[in-house]
Amino acid sequence: MNYMPSGHDFVVENPEAKTFFVNREVFVSPDVLEREKRAVFDRCWVYVGHGSELKNPGDFKTRPVAGRPVIFCRDREGTVRALINCCRHRGALVCREREGNARQFYCMYHGWTYHPDGRLKSVPGEDAYGAPLNRDEMGLVPVPRLESYRDFYFANFDRDAVDLQSYLGNVKDYIDLVIDQSPSGKMQIISGTQEYDIRANWKLLVENSVDDYHLISTHSTWLNYMRNSGVNVTPPKGELLPTRGFGKDLGNGHLTTDNPNYRGRPVAKWISVYGEDAKADIDAMRNELVQRLGAARAARVADTNRNLAIFPNLVINDGSSVTVRHFYPVAPDRMHVTAWALGPVEETEAQRARRLHAFLTFYGPGGFATPDDVAALEAAQLGFAAWREVPWSDLSRGMGKAGDQQLATDEGHLRVFWRKWSEMMGTQR
Amino acid sequence: MNEMVAATVSRAEVEDLFYLEADLLDSWRLDDWLQLLTDDAAYYVPPNDKPDADARYTLFTIADDIVRLRERVIRLKDPNCHAEFPLSRTRRMIGNVRIAGVDGEVISAAANFIVHRFRHNDLDRVFVGHYRYKLRRVGGRLKIAERRAILDAQQLGLLGSVSFIL
Ligand code: FES
Ligand SMILES: [Fe+2]
Repeated sequence: MNYMPSGHDFVVENPEAKTFFVNREVFVSPDVLEREKRAVFDRCWVYVGHGSELKNPGDFKTRPVAGRPVIFCRDREGTVRALINCCRHRGALVCREREGNARQFYCMYHGWTYHPDGRLKSVPGEDAYGAPLNRDEMGLVPVPRLESYRDFYFANFDRDAVDLQSYLGNVKDYIDLVIDQSPSGKMQIISGTQEYDIRANWKLLVENSVDDYHLISTHSTWLNYMRNSGVNVTPPKGELLPTRGFGKDLGNGHLTTDNPNYRGRPVAKWISVYGEDAKADIDAMRNELVQRLGAARAARVADTNRNLAIFPNLVINDGSSVTVRHFYPVAPDRMHVTAWALGPVEETEAQRARRLHAFLTFYGPGGFATPDDVAALEAAQLGFAAWREVPWSDLSRGMGKAGDQQLATDEGHLRVFWRKWSEMMGTQR
Repeated sequence: MNEMVAATVSRAEVEDLFYLEADLLDSWRLDDWLQLLTDDAAYYVPPNDKPDADARYTLFTIADDIVRLRERVIRLKDPNCHAEFPLSRTRRMIGNVRIAGVDGEVISAAANFIVHRFRHNDLDRVFVGHYRYKLRRVGGRLKIAERRAILDAQQLGLLGSVSFIL
């Protein structure tokens, strides 16, 4: 039997040969990208934002959602909305600021105004129309569906999609684990946004966000930093990583890593990087967890790291710190990434500073790790220029092992994404 | 400019320091560059959407204390720092140097920058913004106690990573 596949499918799985391949055309083709926009992004629940970003009535953020300009806002009654930022008159962006607080949205082109709940408010020279305009019918158009789970808001452009809770399924347990860090069960997006482009296909970042196979080679300088700071990051004999973790299939194309922690956690696992004076504080946080959740659940929250990929393009990494990051394709070879830090609302100044410090050591465009991920993805994209001659990416690690034996350094969890992607796209090239 | 500033430091001295720093960074003489810093120095790149924020409450792009800054230099000198291997070529233009004030022993100074970054297999990327410095004399020598590189871009976008020292 040949190791390499043949044929015209995007994704080729061979259980007998224990192989799994993805054709690199999916990373370079404008046709594939256009199909993805319709078949994937317009049919899945895509991340819009977190309720904590809109503290007061009238607060708004403007941001693209699945390629559309959207106003994410809280109306006067406190309801969170996602309104398409496109004037009903002749289409101008109604709100051109990044964020703020609005009594109304004013379209500067001809002066139509809208309430923060979207209803049309006023139209200059309205007597020129055959009849007065209907305030509800002619308001800003909401995204077809907007639903939330524990203050994470998602939109769906498919009116007939399943509800968000069913869509998330087992993902909810992993979101709960993140939120259990907070005594009140309330997490907030911390101010400061990291927005950067990667010159690579968006699907490479799904893979990379959960791929622990690359850690030793791509992130050796981060490991050195940890070692220099007194953290034991030496893998036991025969292991690729300091601890043995797993890659899990959460259903519906969602997946996660689930790793025993070695890299410290702001809640609540001390490492030397935090300094001796942080020890007592972290012990106290740990005690609070045990009191509130019991020892087993406290250990689940505070002694494991989880990189969670919510199909198709949202990642919540609960590792050195918590990051919420989503991304959308600008072109087959370019994506736009938006990332935030998430933390418990009741953190003290010292705890918050520790969380942010831990975040920046690893994550983000100035971190000790993310820039090297970006370099790896861009190197892959440059290689894909030869997709016709070297057509197959190999994701066979761990093929043939049972589901619960898939290590985080295997590729079983990456295959979960690809199977769902392939199901939604249709497999024929 | 008030007289106390003029008595403590001249703009020429500040300019000399900034030009020397730019030269050391462009030529990747990072250990020599560290010698320009005080033992408690900090280096900040605020997030593009909150340029005036405080790193204790806000997620920055970079917020290094001296310990992590020295580790950053160790990382940058390592060929396994893939984002900077092969090293970028950078060229810094520093202008509009001003002394902003003096508070005790701390001299505040500001400058504008344009930093071009060139890499093999990559776009030419141009970082535009301004620096805010806190300077202090150590043994008579003017040193950098804090440097804050504030970008004008609304988002990093195609600037990508800030993997070199901005
Ligand atoms: S396009 Fe908005 S008022 Fe005309
Ligand atoms: Fe990585």
